[in-house]
Amino acid sequence: MVLTFSVPGGDFNQAGRASGEVKKVLARLGVDPGLIKRAAVAMYEAEINMVIHAGGGTATADISPERAVLVLEDSGPGIPDLDLAMQEGYSTAPEWIRELGFGAGMGLPNMKRNSDELSIETAPGRGTRVTIVLALSGGPAAAAAALPAAAAPEGKAP
Amino acid sequence: MTVRRIAELLDARVHTGEDDLDLDVSAACGADLMSDVMAFVKEKVVLLTGLVNPQAIRTADLLDIRVVVFVRGKTPSRDMVDAARESGMILLSTNYSMFIACGRLYEAGLRAGGTREIR
Repeated sequence: MVLTFSVPGGDFNQAGRASGEVKKVLARLGVDPGLIKRAAVAMYEAEINMVIHAGGGTATADISPERAVLVLEDSGPGIPDLDLAMQEGYSTAPEWIRELGFGAGMGLPNMKRNSDELSIETAPGRGTRVTIVLALSGGPAAAAAALPAAAAPEGKAP
Repeated sequence: MTVRRIAELLDARVHTGEDDLDLDVSAACGADLMSDVMAFVKEKVVLLTGLVNPQAIRTADLLDIRVVVFVRGKTPSRDMVDAARESGMILLSTNYSMFIACGRLYEAGLRAGGTREIR
């Protein structure tokens, strides 16, 4: 099953709708609640990032009995220093984002913690593609097979 | 501790979930940044927050948090109340500050279990 969502960039109040929909679908499919929560948090953080930093983008959820592959892709400014961005507490979000409850510098670490496999492809001025994989059966090893061949885990510029 | 007891301790107004106040909760988390909530909450907790926007409801929903308390006299909007009702969430609001609200619940026996250890 493949679900595709357009994530609008201008409306912060709508951010997270795609993640909420994916959560509902996983629940309908009878996926373990702990796994659903991990998938929802990882995707929500990526979705929020697209809205905050990249003016929106597209989100795709490819769900099979073995795994959920969540891809969030934007044409934003890219992530200049991915290693830095992976550190807890590091954030480039402006003050107004913090007033909305985000920008704590926990987004990418939260994605990593809640994924079995995380791949981030980013290039300055060209955008970012985040691939989150969760094994729904067969353990984390089953997730590794789903990563795109061209993507290095935790991101290198394509 | 029941949500009813929490509402009493915080002199809270109940916005949704009036029929579910006997729900029992064992832990709480206080935070205004939703990414912190997602980073540290592991189990079902009561969320105390000063953040009053739809993302507070959405974050709670994604984490299966059933009870949200808005502190510092903040009141949820109609849209937030509707979204919470749809998700079966209990929304409370209190005039107490975050510090005092958390303190009153802690004093009454509620603890921080259900959150990830900070190293």
